[in-house]
Amino acid sequence: MNILFAQEVPLSWYLLLSAVLFSLGVVGFLIKRNLITIFMSIELMLNGVNLSFVTFAHQWHAVKGQIFVFFVMMVAAAEAAVGLAIIIAVFRARATLAVDRIDRMKL
Amino acid sequence: MHLILFLVFAGFCLAGAINLLLQSHPINSALSLIVVMVSMAVLYLLLGAEFLAAAQVIVYAGAIMVLFTFVIMLLNASREERTLGSRAALRVGFPAVVAILAIIATVILHTQGLGVARLSDGITSTEELSAVLFTKLLLPFEVTSVLILIAILGAVAMAGHEEQGSGIRDRGSEGTGKQ
Repeated sequence: MNILFAQEVPLSWYLLLSAVLFSLGVVGFLIKRNLITIFMSIELMLNGVNLSFVTFAHQWHAVKGQIFVFFVMMVAAAEAAVGLAIIIAVFRARATLAVDRIDRMKL
Repeated sequence: MHLILFLVFAGFCLAGAINLLLQSHPINSALSLIVVMVSMAVLYLLLGAEFLAAAQVIVYAGAIMVLFTFVIMLLNASREERTLGSRAALRVGFPAVVAILAIIATVILHTQGLGVARLSDGITSTEELSAVLFTKLLLPFEVTSVLILIAILGAVAMAGHEEQGSGIRDRGSEGTGKQ
């Protein structure tokens, strides 16, 4: 019971958590069949990598790791805006979100 | 105390991520992704990144996920039908995921010199962060703003109607109300 009140956590646990989150994102990318959910899996992968960055920034007391996460967030926001716009355009053209039925580049 | 907080929120993270995979309705997946992102903000705070914790809640859990839920409701997305998927994903994808996870876990567990995180480590203040961001990394920061601008233009051009004229003009008339 005493160990639960430990004051410290090994950083390797954070790194393992980030690796597991990234892998879950990849698995979601492979098994999901909905365009929007696949996009969410990509966001999950980005979050897993961000946790790695913050952990290493803490390890080496470096600010630049955190700034990199900031940039990743900005790029993710831009990516979400453009990606969801593309999803809307695809839905207008095909009236479906199932990736199995979106298998042609042309209309 | 740190260990309890870490275990609780890492558990929330993993439960949310697994729930994202198990749910078949996109809106349930989106809500579990919000759980993942908010608990990730707490983990950032435990690692002393106060600005990133705030930005995570505002940008990710706020802006991006609101966009996701809006699009899900706008497109009236229904339950996804489960299919087998591609054979390439089955035969190459899943073994590759397991291999990547195993390699990363082995490397992490065998790495010497990884420190520990304590609550008493102190936090990286927003002041320190912005001092580096606005002096040494000013150019990348400005380039990011251009990127966001291009993304806005791209989103408007993509999502706008294309039948009558350009998408941008059409989106402008949508903004004024009924057409």
